[in-house]
Amino acid sequence: MLPLTYYLVISAILFVLGALGVLIRRNPLIIFMSVELMLNAANLAFVAFARSFDVLTGQIFVFFVIAVAAAEVAVGLALIVVIFRTKHSIDVDLMSSLKG
Amino acid sequence: MLLSEVTNTGFFNLAPWIIFSPVIGLLVNIIYGGRMGEKAIGWLASAASGLAFGVSVLLAVSLSGVHGEAQVVLFADWIRIGELNIPWNFRVDTLSVTMMLVVSGVGTLIHIYAIGYMHEDVRFKNDLGRYRRFFVFFNLFIVMMMILVSGDSYLMLFVGWEGVGLCSFLLIGFWYEMDTLGRPSWANSNAAKKAFIVNRIGDLGFILAAMTMFWYFGSLQFGEVFAQAEEIAAHQPLVMIAITLFMLIGVAGKSAQIPLYVWLPDAMAGPTPVSALIHAATMVTAGIYLVARSAPLYVTVPNAQYIVALVGAVTALCAATIAVGQYDIKKVLAYSTISQLGFMVAAVGMGAFAAGMFHLVTHAFFKALLFLSAGSVILGLERGHHHLAHHGKSEMPAEAAPTPPKYGHGSSSHNEAFDPGDMRNMGGLRKTMPVTFWLYLIGSLALAGIFPLAGFWSKDEILADAQLHYPLVYILLTIAAFFTAFYMGRQNWMVFFGKARHDAAAHAEESPKIITVPLMVLAGLSILGGALNLPYLHTFTHWLGYTLGGEGAEVVAEGAAHAVEAAPWYVLGGLNLAVAGLSTVLALAAIYISWILYGRKPLTHGQIDPLKKMLGPIFTGMERKWLVDEIYWALFVDRYVDVSRFLADVIDWRFWHDWFHDKFIAGTYNWLSNIALDKVIDTRGIDAFFNGLGEMTKQASASLRRLQNGFVRSYALAVLFGVVVILGYLLIR
Repeated sequence: MLPLTYYLVISAILFVLGALGVLIRRNPLIIFMSVELMLNAANLAFVAFARSFDVLTGQIFVFFVIAVAAAEVAVGLALIVVIFRTKHSIDVDLMSSLKG
Repeated sequence: MLLSEVTNTGFFNLAPWIIFSPVIGLLVNIIYGGRMGEKAIGWLASAASGLAFGVSVLLAVSLSGVHGEAQVVLFADWIRIGELNIPWNFRVDTLSVTMMLVVSGVGTLIHIYAIGYMHEDVRFKNDLGRYRRFFVFFNLFIVMMMILVSGDSYLMLFVGWEGVGLCSFLLIGFWYEMDTLGRPSWANSNAAKKAFIVNRIGDLGFILAAMTMFWYFGSLQFGEVFAQAEEIAAHQPLVMIAITLFMLIGVAGKSAQIPLYVWLPDAMAGPTPVSALIHAATMVTAGIYLVARSAPLYVTVPNAQYIVALVGAVTALCAATIAVGQYDIKKVLAYSTISQLGFMVAAVGMGAFAAGMFHLVTHAFFKALLFLSAGSVILGLERGHHHLAHHGKSEMPAEAAPTPPKYGHGSSSHNEAFDPGDMRNMGGLRKTMPVTFWLYLIGSLALAGIFPLAGFWSKDEILADAQLHYPLVYILLTIAAFFTAFYMGRQNWMVFFGKARHDAAAHAEESPKIITVPLMVLAGLSILGGALNLPYLHTFTHWLGYTLGGEGAEVVAEGAAHAVEAAPWYVLGGLNLAVAGLSTVLALAAIYISWILYGRKPLTHGQIDPLKKMLGPIFTGMERKWLVDEIYWALFVDRYVDVSRFLADVIDWRFWHDWFHDKFIAGTYNWLSNIALDKVIDTRGIDAFFNGLGEMTKQASASLRRLQNGFVRSYALAVLFGVVVILGYLLIR
């Protein structure tokens, strides 16, 4: 069995990739995908810990996270559609109406 | 003087009813008078006064039951401050009961007379509503006068003293919006103000006397003050002189003596019953009552007594000469009243308290009679005038109206309103008003001092006392008595004899019974009043002697002793035949001279007074009241007006208003608020502080705003950093 550390390192790498994706990319679809990446990095860590300590709690948490992520995507995509309708673009940098 | 508690015998507990009864009368008239008829109002007021008279009689009877011993009826606490305790007590002694009897007795008769008089007066003046007001004031006057005479302390006396002054003011100005002829003017209310203000000057004297007394005696109760009188007089004679002379100022104000008599002639502006009750019979005698009441004080300072006697005598003579030159029937009587009050003041000043009080009583009878008869004459003329106005036929041409002399009433002119009080408009009233004529004649003879009418006895008692000790006073008073007879003779010839000098006089009508019957009672009293104090008997003197104690009795005894011991043949039982004979001869001579001047050849209308031809400027002086009013006006009133102008224009307006308020206070305030507060503290301090706060917030927010750059990325980065920092902190700690 692979040691816990390997899973955690992969999880961290995935999380950093997701975070960089969120910060750097301008396309909201890509940003969503990066967010999914970060969520799944967390899920991987949960599951690895659950397996390692032999408790079910982490696995149950993962189910919740997947459910919330699905809901989040549904709402987020709907927002993107509305934004596109009004601005004819989905570039996040153009969404700056509240700029000070 | 020992004061016993109220004895069980007698009616002394009824004493407060002398005040309650007129109070009830006036309250009922105030509350229900509007629904009552004239008759009911008048008779209720008269009954209230009559009840007070009844109580006074009971008190007098009870008093003789206890041999004239002074009684004090405790009634209520009034002032109680620390040691000072002034209760409201009723003092019932022979002196106060005498005054009560005069006030309520003569007062009741005048009330009844006023029922008839005011009935016509309100119709001539065309204001029926004032009928009730008159009787309310009249009852109030009785209340106040009763408080004055029944008070047991100088303070209580002062309450009544001021109260009667108020009633005098209210009643002189009764027809306040017109003059005596009914024309719109402030003449009547000015007369009322004059009376009030001159009396205030006198009251100042009274107050000073009372304060000095309180300072040195520690009390204002009669009993306590009199008990210390001798001691204080022995140790501090100046204090006693000051008290008595201050009191004299009060007496001069209330009893119309020189130098404060000027208000009384003007007070004739009031309705005639007022002149009779207040300005002849009762209120003006309050000063004489005060001196008689303060007898224990006055007898300790003979110098002050002499001054009082001289003031009285000079006033008596001066006023008598002025009365000679007057044309108004009531003005003659007014100056006569001043003159007679001078007799009384001279008497009480000499220490002849009983003689002074005796004259007070008889004078109340015959002067009330004279005034009321004069009122009847005036009404008679007004009726005649009214009659003419309605029938419209004049028997005399308009130009034949009496020509006023150069110095008439000042306001006389051909076109003036008819003056029913001007004796030059009268004449021949003997035929048209016979009852009034006889009544007036009785009053005149009593005043002139013709034997055996009341005035003869009282005046001669004063003259006899004066002749014993004060020759100067005696001479002055004798001359005054001569003038008295003369002006009364002149008045009678002018009013009742000869021919009518005006249509109104020709058509004058006699007054109804309601007016003449009280006069008949007064006439009876004027005839018989002398019986109070006949020679040998001296009933009245003994009666007062109970109260005036040693002092009064001493003087009487002295007089009597003088009469008995040194008794020249012409002195019989206290009646000095020489004095009485001389004054009677003088009076008859004066009447004879007045007949030569005015009776033998009656005045015709427009004729100049025959005395004016003889005396020239002297008569003008008499006619113009020796210019005293003008002199007072120039000396005091104008100066006073100058001072008030100065105070108003310069001190109040220019200094106080313009400079102090506008410049000083408002200016300083403006400077303070503009410069110091507004420009410095407000603008540079408070304003600047809050502006600075606002500026800071603006700048802070401007720099904070840069964070809000609208890039979602940078917000996410901030979140990331935040999380990293928090996690880092949690890991490292």
